[in-house]
Amino acid sequence: MHPVTTIHYLVLSAALLLIGTVGVLTRRNVVIVLMSIELILNAVNINLIAFSHAWKNINGQIFAIFVITDAVAEAAVGLGILIALFRNKETVLADEIDLLKW
Amino acid sequence: MLIDTVLFYAFALLTLGGGLLCITRRNAVHSAISLIVSLLGVAGLYLMQQAEFLFAVQIVLYVGGIMVLFLFVIMLVNLDDAAKERQFNRQWMIALVATLAVAAEIGYFLYRGRDAFHIAVASTVGNVQQVADSLFSEYLLPFEIASVLLLVAVVGSVIMAKKRI
Repeated sequence: MHPVTTIHYLVLSAALLLIGTVGVLTRRNVVIVLMSIELILNAVNINLIAFSHAWKNINGQIFAIFVITDAVAEAAVGLGILIALFRNKETVLADEIDLLKW
Repeated sequence: MLIDTVLFYAFALLTLGGGLLCITRRNAVHSAISLIVSLLGVAGLYLMQQAEFLFAVQIVLYVGGIMVLFLFVIMLVNLDDAAKERQFNRQWMIALVATLAVAAEIGYFLYRGRDAFHIAVASTVGNVQQVADSLFSEYLLPFEIASVLLLVAVVGSVIMAKKRI
């Protein structure tokens, strides 16, 4: 078996990013769209950690911490919006939220 | 070296399998559980790259914090009706084509740059110490700005979830 190099991590992170992208673009349920965004952010983190490890530079890990902070803020506000949405429109399906569509 | 390779593929399988299950399950609770599996796989990958602090943060914050928040909201909003509906929207074909285009692009760049990557050697200084040194000296201002961002997020989510604004 080949030893694990940085490119393995990059391919894995690209695959996870694409899975998350498909989830965001195709699912109707807003909760699962938010979860797919978490997948995308984790793919970014794998990439940052892989380069941080490869170049022995700690800055990648610091940036990953900030990405996690953003993910927390995004999840909290997104789920708050979701609760407000469910209270007002009684739906969690993304394509039924079409007030601004003519 | 062999154990590293085996562990990498095990964690990669957890990560990708959990991600795939997360975006295909009909029941949102099953999706959340699959996402937890995927996040644990990512935590294992952090540990394999000597990012011990981020490993702990990933488990405590993501698996223990964000996912509990997700499960809480799933229980709060009634998703039984949504589970009976069509799960994918009408543009799924276009979305898949667009994603495949991005995949081809990333794959091409990785293929062209494959010789630039090498096997990393472990550093000797403790990871948590390094992170703290950097975070509290060089990145002190972004750290404080991140705390303000979290404060805004707390206030914003409380306002959003209030009955009457």
